[in-house]
Amino acid sequence: MADDTKSRTAHLDLDTPESQIETYMHRRAAPAREEETYLDANELVLNMGPQHPSTHGVLRVILKLDGEKVLGTECIIGYLHRGVEKIAENRTYTMFNPYVDRMDYVAAVSNGLGYCEAVEKLLNIEAPPRAQYIRVILAELNRLASHMLWLGTHALDIGAITPLFYTFRDREEILKIFEKYCGARLTTHAFRIGGCQYETYEGFEQDVIKFCKFVRPKIDEYETLLTTNRIWVERTRGVGVISAADAIDFGVTGPVLRASGVKWDLRKAQPYAAYKNFEFDIPIGQNGDTYDRYIVRIAEMHQSLRIIEQAVGAIPEGPIMGKVPKVMKPPVGEIYHSIEAPKGELGYFIVSDGSTQPYRVRVRPPSFVNLQALDKMVRGALVADVVAVIGTIDIVLGEVDR
Amino acid sequence: MTFKELTRKVLLLDLLQGLALTFRYQNPKEIYTEQYPLQRPRVAERYRGAPRLGVNAETNETLCIACDLCALACPEHLIVVTSERNPNTRRKELTTFTYDLSRCMFCGLCEDACPTDCLELTQDFELASYSREGMIWDRTTLERGPQPTKYER
Repeated sequence: MADDTKSRTAHLDLDTPESQIETYMHRRAAPAREEETYLDANELVLNMGPQHPSTHGVLRVILKLDGEKVLGTECIIGYLHRGVEKIAENRTYTMFNPYVDRMDYVAAVSNGLGYCEAVEKLLNIEAPPRAQYIRVILAELNRLASHMLWLGTHALDIGAITPLFYTFRDREEILKIFEKYCGARLTTHAFRIGGCQYETYEGFEQDVIKFCKFVRPKIDEYETLLTTNRIWVERTRGVGVISAADAIDFGVTGPVLRASGVKWDLRKAQPYAAYKNFEFDIPIGQNGDTYDRYIVRIAEMHQSLRIIEQAVGAIPEGPIMGKVPKVMKPPVGEIYHSIEAPKGELGYFIVSDGSTQPYRVRVRPPSFVNLQALDKMVRGALVADVVAVIGTIDIVLGEVDR
Repeated sequence: MTFKELTRKVLLLDLLQGLALTFRYQNPKEIYTEQYPLQRPRVAERYRGAPRLGVNAETNETLCIACDLCALACPEHLIVVTSERNPNTRRKELTTFTYDLSRCMFCGLCEDACPTDCLELTQDFELASYSREGMIWDRTTLERGPQPTKYER
């Protein structure tokens, strides 16, 4: 047990010899030394979470502090672990579909899209074009919803309360479209393997176009509140900087990577669904700080609207469900398929043993990987910046722990 | 810093613009809050809420043919269907149908599987119960639909 703890926390103390490594476990066990009083204590270990409102769920961050300065962090995850990957091994391919919605529950549509496409790849079938267009529209709407929720909560963490109300009000319009389309607002289960279960409802196109028109000025309103706000700029510019090289080394994807100046978007790099038919830009930042990540996500919201507007006018006619066998028995083999979820690269690795149930499903969630860069980003910063950086990575603990 | 930026900073223009936006939304027309118990939300037609077993409106007979497909489709295995064979007509007839709502995630796979459109997820969304047993619905509850308690002054 002690060895295990040591190896997990060893990265915090690269400079100290191993015998002197003090982890939180050791510190708790050992009585406080006489000379280390409150005032001149130069190291303090602080537990942030799992019940801390700014950790966006049940993340526990152990902070090693020198006063207000962060010397190192350690993330303890697993408080929301539900064993989704294991559940998959006891469910058929169709039955597992609703569970993926519950990983990243603010972007359930993207999760479902990734899973359905991965199984389709395994089955060697393709969704009909109409279904693919519907998928793109809903996935992009979901990206907007996810970014709105991120913006609201992130701003709330930093101290701007107003954007939360505005983003939630506008997100509600997206959720209404989801509810009308598939009957659920959050955990949508909108897609099935081989296409979509639901035909678009009457007035779907008008609703989406109306929403796009409605939300454009609203995004500008968020910018009025934040982009040039002096408090916001002070709290975010130069905070949580990660260089492009470091971001790539950590495997960071999504807006966090793009804010560091790396032009990498799976929608362009490996187009899936119908993304190759649409024109859009990949917004990138320069400094890789919290402010840039904010700018990148705002720009992404505009790009999503662009994609939606192109897609909604061009939904082809035709079936929404491809030819799918009633009992799904994919050939023996394995597949990795990844999509650009709102938070980064969301990948599914599925191993089939030829039966109706997957042999193994491994999910590569963006939040989990991006969270690993937290230590790099907050070292040397202040405690208040940790809150800002956790917010800016945009983690969803349901996805981190699965 | 350009002169324009400096003036914005000195005159607190960014702050004032933000405040102007906030105050614009003080207009009562901009209220989005729904006064829930008084004001009923209108859920969409496809909303997946409380399950219901359909009955034939004229004869009051259940539409369920006890094929067990919903129970097989359910990822949580929460539907239990029992049936017995009628010796006269030699057809399977439904005896009991239990639906454990406390484990249901409203994915809609059961209603997709139903060949007779008997089982459906309806627009009822008030499913709270004081006990766990209250969440396990039997055939009569499923056919009648939820009966939420109405509180009156």
